[in-house]
Amino acid sequence: MERVPVLKIGDILLVSIQIDMSDQTALALQEDLAERIVATGCHGVIIDITALDIVDSFVGRMLSTIASISRVLDAETVVVGMRPAVAITLVELGLSLNGIRTALNVERGMELIAASREADLTYDGEVEYPEPGQTATSP
Amino acid sequence: MTAGVDLSPKAQAIGSDEDVVRVRQLVRTVAVAVKLSLVDQTKLVTAASELARNTLIYGGGGSAEVTVVDDGRRRGVRIVFADSGPGIPDLDLALTDGYTTGGGLGLGLSGARRLVDEFDVETAAGNGTRVTVTKWSR
Repeated sequence: MERVPVLKIGDILLVSIQIDMSDQTALALQEDLAERIVATGCHGVIIDITALDIVDSFVGRMLSTIASISRVLDAETVVVGMRPAVAITLVELGLSLNGIRTALNVERGMELIAASREADLTYDGEVEYPEPGQTATSP
Repeated sequence: MTAGVDLSPKAQAIGSDEDVVRVRQLVRTVAVAVKLSLVDQTKLVTAASELARNTLIYGGGGSAEVTVVDDGRRRGVRIVFADSGPGIPDLDLALTDGYTTGGGLGLGLSGARRLVDEFDVETAAGNGTRVTVTKWSR
């Protein structure tokens, strides 16, 4: 079985799919990526599908699953380089790539990850609790 | 114009994951040879990928036969996926978006039907399944 290489560039993992993947290869990529996200602590994953001339329901599901797995592991996934004919076919097939962010190319994908990372870090994430001494009023 | 391009029918056995990849490659080669547009090539190869996977997973393996067809006005690619598996008990249900018995997305059969021009399923419980699809050049 062939394997798709996962490259680390700064804080980002880059996967450029250059082969016609068998289903087993796609599943292996899913697992490899999860392990690499945890091992490297990267916060962004870019999947470049420029070379893919089709995305069928299996690969589409793999992309959605990778996006979900990486979200749970505190990383954001961006799929880049989808060909126009692939986009048209995906929509007609009935596949909505749920939860997947897309960008036209790797460069824009990196910008997207950097921007959303910054937004995450500046958001204080505080949940409003009642001030000490005050009692929470129940509705 | 098509001198040197082999348009004779071609068959590919489907018995493993890698065979599904081979079916895609075979269909692509033929679709290019009959000069389907890029979008139509993509749709046909995607449909073939879904159906070949069905043949493998639900039919327990089988074969795909790819033929060039000609109706006098235009040419097209016809693919027959055949297996001798359990058959599809309820075809209408199997053609419903999102219905699956195999843990997939349930888009294989219904999605493939939308991607081709002609779509035909012959199946009977216990007698296997034969799916025929055709995509015509425009």
